[in-house]
Amino acid sequence: MTIAKTGEAGLLKSGRIFRRQIFIPIAALLALVLFNLITDPSFFEINYSLNSAGDPVLSGYLITILDNASELAILAIGMTLVTAASGGQDISVGAAIAISGSVILRVLCGDNPRPDEMQASILTAFLVSCVVSMLFGAFNGTLVAYFNIQPMIATLILYTAGRSIAAWINNNRLPIISDPSFGYFGSFLPGIPIPTPIFIAVICMIIIALVLKFTTLGLYTQAVGINPHSAKLNGINPAFIKFITYVIMGLCVAVAGFIKVTRFSTINYSVVALDIEMDAILAVALGGNALSGGKFSMASSILGAYVIQFLTTTLFKFNVSSSALPAYKAVVVIILVVLSAPAVREKLGKFWKSIQHARTGKEAA
Amino acid sequence: MKIGVDKKTRRLAPMSDTNLLLTITIVVFFVMYIAAMLFIGRGFLRVQTFFNILNENAALIILSCGMSIVMITGGIDISVGKLTALICMSAAVNLDYHGGSVMTAVLLSLAIGLAFGIVQGALVAFLDIQPFIVTLAGMFFAKGMTTIVNSTQFNVQNEAFVALKNTRIYIPFLGSVNRRGVFVPAYVEIGVIVAVVAVIVLFFILRWTKLGRSFYAVGGNPQSANMLGINVRKTRFLAHLLCGLLAGIGGFVYFLHVGSGAPSHATGAEMNAIASSIIGGTMLTGGVGNIIGTFFGVLSLSTIKNIVSLLGLDDAWWTNITVAAMICIFLVVQSIVLLRKNKNS
Repeated sequence: MTIAKTGEAGLLKSGRIFRRQIFIPIAALLALVLFNLITDPSFFEINYSLNSAGDPVLSGYLITILDNASELAILAIGMTLVTAASGGQDISVGAAIAISGSVILRVLCGDNPRPDEMQASILTAFLVSCVVSMLFGAFNGTLVAYFNIQPMIATLILYTAGRSIAAWINNNRLPIISDPSFGYFGSFLPGIPIPTPIFIAVICMIIIALVLKFTTLGLYTQAVGINPHSAKLNGINPAFIKFITYVIMGLCVAVAGFIKVTRFSTINYSVVALDIEMDAILAVALGGNALSGGKFSMASSILGAYVIQFLTTTLFKFNVSSSALPAYKAVVVIILVVLSAPAVREKLGKFWKSIQHARTGKEAA
Repeated sequence: MKIGVDKKTRRLAPMSDTNLLLTITIVVFFVMYIAAMLFIGRGFLRVQTFFNILNENAALIILSCGMSIVMITGGIDISVGKLTALICMSAAVNLDYHGGSVMTAVLLSLAIGLAFGIVQGALVAFLDIQPFIVTLAGMFFAKGMTTIVNSTQFNVQNEAFVALKNTRIYIPFLGSVNRRGVFVPAYVEIGVIVAVVAVIVLFFILRWTKLGRSFYAVGGNPQSANMLGINVRKTRFLAHLLCGLLAGIGGFVYFLHVGSGAPSHATGAEMNAIASSIIGGTMLTGGVGNIIGTFFGVLSLSTIKNIVSLLGLDDAWWTNITVAAMICIFLVVQSIVLLRKNKNS
């Protein structure tokens, strides 16, 4: 986002494309697309059919990817800000999603775990869960910003306790909501063929793009991340900026938790959004953002989230069992991070330059 | 130091961060245990309860030692928990399906641990990739590989191994009298001996060898360490290597304790190891930490778990919430102590 626009040809010539941040997720995405094109082009088919309720829906692997990556993309937004400001990651998001989902169900169901009708409007439940998630975000933020505890360690507290708190909110019962209108948000709105989570994710992206464009949040976050001391000398309050990024993270968690709950109309505290924090951190890293804080590119992070989901869906398509999936994912991740390591990228850039030199040399001759 | 400093500063100044945090941990552990003996009584009055805590946490002690070393150099290794599961599964399959002996199982465990340590260390140290991402990939890989090796839980039947698993080492002169008035000596499992040896050896390495001191130097400030002529990359590599090796040993000790292979083994062990290290006074920013502290960190963590379950708060969520609260209190206390100390000096 901070990189000046240059002509594509100019980029290629100087070999600078290898050093551009968004290059990593784009290259990974292209590699995956190419791989799927070669092995099975039907991967990219999109079908238009009627679902069981008689509404027209779009289906196909691409739609699945866009649909399932919604939560991850939303979390990547918050994670990028947290990483940039505090130089650490929030590992409690999975547990926090369990809490926010639990709160939504608690508000909607009241004391009866199997209500015939909802006790409150969905909007109320969502707003309550937003407030609760932001409070938990504020808790993390306070520990990180005002007590100077490393983010990973501070959020370890909520990571340990989160799922237990979620179970405690609902007295360890698993409420189920039978009202179909609740499920619209996790699947399809009647009459609209595109899954609703995609819309929610797009709305979040638009909001964050506007916020970054029209407020100083992005600038201040980067300033604090690069050097909190000099940020302070320039009149920024580093502790407050760090604090606010954790609160924003809480808001993202609430939205992601809302999507997660509406997908199934119920919740399983011990497995909902399990390990999603790792995927969210991975999305930030794949986006080429330094996990030690400082400059960030929001677009790269979000693209990183979609790359991860693309990879997962591709592996599922090849009948990799869900329990063995992490091993393959790890291999791909290692390849990607090795390719994007500064040392390796430098070599790649030099290699590209030498090719360019050879070509211009030939042309001259 | 100026001559006119007040009394408080003079008293605090000679104590390094490491020692200060270590003292807090040890004091808290003893206060907690004695309070449990006084107010809960029952199990806590028996010597065996203490040794049971050791028996159950021998593997965690070893894993936490590795974690502390990596944390002292300013890195982190979140792969150790899943790595333990992978080692258990591989060793179990080796023993029962491939006709291996205890010796081959031990060698296999160490080899897997070392392999992870070498690869992760090389990626972190020589390619400058963030340790969190590298070990995250390591964690994913171990998690997936465990189910690829074998996807179901099974108990090992190998006789030599079962005999080793059931070996109990009785402690002379310690024990308690049971209800019938018979003296029952206290015992520990082999894993505890391994863990104690590991703690002592690592304590000596960290305190008195060149390698140990360079871990602290690299973690405290890599640039100054470099100027002092320490090979920063090599030191980081060795830290991860050591952590991998300890994960190999810890993995086998865990296997020796549970005697089975399962994908769900040692779930969350990496977080417990990190938590123990923190309670023991190791700081994630690097340069501060102590193996003895880590040892007491593990003991404190499991003591609080025991206390919670003995209090009858057996609902699944209480243990986690108390442990989290404990980490929280420790962190806040540490942070306040260090902040005040920095202000004073």
